[in-house]
Amino acid sequence: MNSPLESAALFQIGPVPITQAIVTTWVIMAVLVVGAYLLTRRLSLRPSKRQVALELLVDTLDTQIRETSGAQPAPYRGFIGTLFVFILAANWSSLIPGVEPPTAKLETDAALAVLVFISVIWFGVRGNGVGGYLKSFAAPNPVMIPLNMLASVTRVFSMFVRLFGNVMSGVFVIAIVASLAGLLVPIPLMALDLLTGLVQAYIFAVLAMVFISSTVEDGAHTPADLETSAKKKDS
Amino acid sequence: MDYISITSIVCAAFAVSFGAIGPALAEGRAVAAAMDAIARQPEAANTISRTLFVGLAMIETTAIYCLVISLLLLFANPLLA
Repeated sequence: MNSPLESAALFQIGPVPITQAIVTTWVIMAVLVVGAYLLTRRLSLRPSKRQVALELLVDTLDTQIRETSGAQPAPYRGFIGTLFVFILAANWSSLIPGVEPPTAKLETDAALAVLVFISVIWFGVRGNGVGGYLKSFAAPNPVMIPLNMLASVTRVFSMFVRLFGNVMSGVFVIAIVASLAGLLVPIPLMALDLLTGLVQAYIFAVLAMVFISSTVEDGAHTPADLETSAKKKDS
Repeated sequence: MDYISITSIVCAAFAVSFGAIGPALAEGRAVAAAMDAIARQPEAANTISRTLFVGLAMIETTAIYCLVISLLLLFANPLLA
């Protein structure tokens, strides 16, 4: 049985070995980009069926972002939405025979987690400036600085291990059952895998949103802000 | 098969089996509490189930860590290399 922790190279481009996960990732990326371009090419005020379906997706994303973070969804829609759609497509790509989902490999998940780590810094700095971002480490009080620094790394690490573990264990169990029992037996497990894939994509996106919004909010709470918001309430 | 590989296999099984107990109990409690809350306040079911899913994923992570450790023991054991 092959180890799920390592991946074999399919072929090499120069010094760079290309694995199956990379090929699948690029195919998914191409399908998503081309699909998004083709579907949003003719948008009108009287929407077609296609446009209504797309608006439903975007609207659901917006609602989820607003409800989990309380922030306006517009600045985060692109990143969080892309994360969700990509991970969902990657998890469900196991439905195509012979394709192993790229999220079942360590590297893809690690790359996604690094993206989240960088985007937390990016949105934190963009929302409150560098000082505001650094101040978010001192929330709720300066004693927590070492713990907050540790947490900013470990929470991203745990996101990455969670996605990897869930998707990989699904693929692994299906492979074992298929090799032991035969062709049609793992179908219920695959149905369960669809649910797991959806939930994991949702959770990854929601957690990324929670981390970003908590950083932005912690950096924004200065005494001056509290005073102005109190004044606004009074007036 | 020498001692180290036998011990690794036994320990991998132990890691998964005992690592699954805690999260299983915790998820059971979390779901029970969420059911209770939904029964009391059916109109808040959306918020509760969303929070429940995120919480379950957090709890499940501990079991996933055990799974990853056991996979490391089985497939990428540093002592056998």
